Amino acid sequence: MALELSAMSPRRLYARVAAGVDGPLLAIAVALVSLGLATLYSASYDLPARVNGQAVNLLVAFALMWVVAQMPPQTLMRFAVPAYVAGVVLLVAVAIFGEVVNGARRWLHVGVTRVQPSEMMKIAMPLMLAWWFHRHEAGLRAREFCVAGVLLAVPVLLIARQPDLGTAVLVAAAGFYVIFFAGLSWKVLAGLGTAALASLPPVWGLLHDYQRRRILTLLDPTQDPLGAGYHIIQSTIAVGSGGITGKGWLKGTQTHLEFIPEKHTDFILAVFSEEFGLIGVGLLLVLYLLLIARGLMIAANAPTFFTRLLAASITLIFFTYAFVNIGMVSGVLPVVGVPLPFISYGGTALATLFVGIGILMSTQKHRQLVQS
Amino acid sequence: MRFAELKNHQRELYYFQLRVGIAGIAVLVAFALLAARFFYLQVLQHDYYHTKAEDNRISIVPIAPNRGLILDRNGVVLARNYSAYTLEIMPARVRDIERTISELGEVIDVQPKDRTRFRKLLQELRNAESIPIRTRLTDEEVARFAAQRYRFPGVEIRARLFRQYPYGELASHVIGYIGRINPSEQAKLEDDGVAANYRGTDFIGKTGVEGSYQQELHGTTGMEQVEIDAAGRGIRTLSRTSPQSGNNLTLTLDIRLQEVAEAAFGDWRGALVAIDPNSGGVLALVSRPGFDPNLFVDGIDAASWETLNNSPDRPLNNRALTGQYPPGSTFKPFMAMAALELGKRSPSYTISDPGFFSLPGVSHRWRDWKAGGHGAVDMHRSIVISCDTYYYGLGNELGIDNIHDFIGQFGFGGKTGLDIDGEKPGLLPSSEWKIKRFKQKWFAGDTISVAIGQGYNLATPMQLAQATAVLAANGMSFRPHLVQRIESSRTGEVRLVEPKPERAMNFKPAHVELIKRAMVDVTRPGGTAARAGAGAPYSFGGKTGTAQVVAMKQGEKYDEKRVAERHRDHALFIAFAPAESATIALGILVENGGHGSSVAAPIARAVLDYFLLGKQPESMRKPSPEDDSDEEEAD
Repeated sequence: MALELSAMSPRRLYARVAAGVDGPLLAIAVALVSLGLATLYSASYDLPARVNGQAVNLLVAFALMWVVAQMPPQTLMRFAVPAYVAGVVLLVAVAIFGEVVNGARRWLHVGVTRVQPSEMMKIAMPLMLAWWFHRHEAGLRAREFCVAGVLLAVPVLLIARQPDLGTAVLVAAAGFYVIFFAGLSWKVLAGLGTAALASLPPVWGLLHDYQRRRILTLLDPTQDPLGAGYHIIQSTIAVGSGGITGKGWLKGTQTHLEFIPEKHTDFILAVFSEEFGLIGVGLLLVLYLLLIARGLMIAANAPTFFTRLLAASITLIFFTYAFVNIGMVSGVLPVVGVPLPFISYGGTALATLFVGIGILMSTQKHRQLVQS
Repeated sequence: MRFAELKNHQRELYYFQLRVGIAGIAVLVAFALLAARFFYLQVLQHDYYHTKAEDNRISIVPIAPNRGLILDRNGVVLARNYSAYTLEIMPARVRDIERTISELGEVIDVQPKDRTRFRKLLQELRNAESIPIRTRLTDEEVARFAAQRYRFPGVEIRARLFRQYPYGELASHVIGYIGRINPSEQAKLEDDGVAANYRGTDFIGKTGVEGSYQQELHGTTGMEQVEIDAAGRGIRTLSRTSPQSGNNLTLTLDIRLQEVAEAAFGDWRGALVAIDPNSGGVLALVSRPGFDPNLFVDGIDAASWETLNNSPDRPLNNRALTGQYPPGSTFKPFMAMAALELGKRSPSYTISDPGFFSLPGVSHRWRDWKAGGHGAVDMHRSIVISCDTYYYGLGNELGIDNIHDFIGQFGFGGKTGLDIDGEKPGLLPSSEWKIKRFKQKWFAGDTISVAIGQGYNLATPMQLAQATAVLAANGMSFRPHLVQRIESSRTGEVRLVEPKPERAMNFKPAHVELIKRAMVDVTRPGGTAARAGAGAPYSFGGKTGTAQVVAMKQGEKYDEKRVAERHRDHALFIAFAPAESATIALGILVENGGHGSSVAAPIARAVLDYFLLGKQPESMRKPSPEDDSDEEEAD
């Protein structure tokens, strides 16, 4: 393929590269990562190498997106079962051989590097479930939904056990979206909702101490101003002190005097809000809304059951990422380790997100092909 | 079939799209909630969080003012400041204080007593921003800590000013000392509404001039706004209001005269006050033994405190102001003045002294100090030889209330109003007082011993000096004071403490003349202080006195050698010089010194020799610790 590309004229080369790349999605993604890089630059006055690292991550992520965008949905469907099985096997391996970092067993050593298998489940899970429903499209009955429930529960529980509540929530949400779009009846949904509320007390008992503390701290951060409440208090101060117009790029005092914890990663929105204010936050929310609108539009017009389910659930994963992170930084949701999509520092999350974008692009590109 | 399938497909698509629409609405609602939350935080609550962020960012650091200096009348520095490094722990920023201290111990020498003091301060000063664990670090220690600083968040080196008293024990009761502000002093500062001006100040004047002139010496605290990071490290200074140093005080005291006076006491306990009769300025104020006020500056250690506080010599006690002793025979010249002014005696009125006095119908005999008596005694002689019998009779005729009212004008029986705190009023009894105090009427017999300065009579050395000064100034009374000049170190503005005449008693000049002449003759051959006055090239007036410590039974004979040292009589002496126009008046008390003539009068002579002739006594030829008064200050 490289040879083929180099032999082309520039114009044809552009056409070839641009083929399959959805303009609006790309524009939104580029706008988001640009804001992200600017914010990261401000947050990284003490670690300038972070910006370069993120730039490299972005190149890799864009390449992944492009490659995935080229794949027809049928090819993606072929990955579904192997990716899911591999993911579950790796999760089991993590549970047995995994490396403990910060009290959680999340990482697996693979040769020279270590990987976090829970991350790949974020894509593998909807892929698997979309494949499953697609296969049984003709006759979706309770049995199919039950099997889907089991397919969803196994990795989610493995991840929750690590413990990694944030990722477990995201993976569970991803699977749930597929099941929802596959047509789970409203009655069952209502029943599940009731059951979920009823199960809160026993789940509370299963939570780790630090997880409980995070939830309690959310309810009253001042209980523990120097401990668990510190994150929430300081990030809320950063957000609130930003005001309407913000303190200006590179001028956030909370950021630059190190009051914001995890300022490159999970709490980067505090930096962003402090420096760019309500106007910046509004812009960010609009960009996310545009991204989600475009994704849902692609899903609505997707040609097959598989592509519809996959595109819609991936779009809602973007939403979930954004909602959970923004809610956490602004102090309305508990602190769980969820990065701000396209903005937070971190290669793995970026790769996952851009693979998702790639899938959306592939769906959009191949809609006529399949239809005709 | 195909149609049904297609229709089925379309229905499926419709349901899917319906759910996509519902999801879209859910997303919009969720984002609207987030937007509302940000609107709340960034618009409605912005002021609150803005303040919070500024509070986070900006730390107001008080800058303690330099304490004013204390100088003697010739500009010799008696209390000054020097800068030294302290190692301080900010309790709020250190999680495990004990561990931090033991880790600090690996870098810098931390003694158990440093730990004890730290713990004590930590308990006392609960809200203190910063508490010293070590003071007076050497340069090497400062460098060693600086290299390891990253290990100790919340621990800092600070340059602090320390108080120093270059003369040590000399005049320690006058100068006083400063010490750490204790909780009750803190509460008082808060009640007075001046606590804000003491932020950053750890020390406060406790006694002496340091204590009584605390407000003048303190100055005004400055402020620095410093931007700090989350670890509390200062990043940069945003603004600064400089502190204003406290005012410098110049005393009326002459430290060299003070030195001569203290040396003259040798190992005797006692007190001396020297006053300029023409202004009330205190020239010297001695209380022996003294103490080294430098011990208190840093927080006195337990062992030194025990020693000072439990010593039977009571070195912390300012005897000159709080020691109340029977004035003994030094009371007689004032009695004689009362007799003349109230017309109870003429100068020539002569008694024949049998060696005792008795009241009709009372079996008790009041004995003269000289067994067998002095023979014929007129007023002049009664003072020169200190005849008791003369005054027994005089006292009886004057009556206690005349004595009280007249002699009270000399300053007996009430505080003299010296400008440092802690003065005791002494006691000049009256019939009214006895009724109040004992619910008993005054008996004529009570007056007899009062007349020779015994009985209920009590006076402080300060009162003796003041009364002598009033007499020397022919009845003119000034308020005694130690501080004569207050200089603002910022503006250079000077306030002078003007001599304040309190009252002028219009004594008949001939009466004063007679008493003074008699007192001069006390120091001449034939007088009780003839030995102390021998060879003086100036003339001075004096009066000896002896005060009983333990009352003797009727008929018992006082034998100095047989009485335990601390039960021996106190020796007293009052003096003024030069006799013609006095520039100094003295009140001297030597505890358990026996007779005034043998111990107390020579001290007066040494002081007068230096004051009038500049003659240093033989006993002290060592140079004074600071001969250069213009020494540079450390601040």
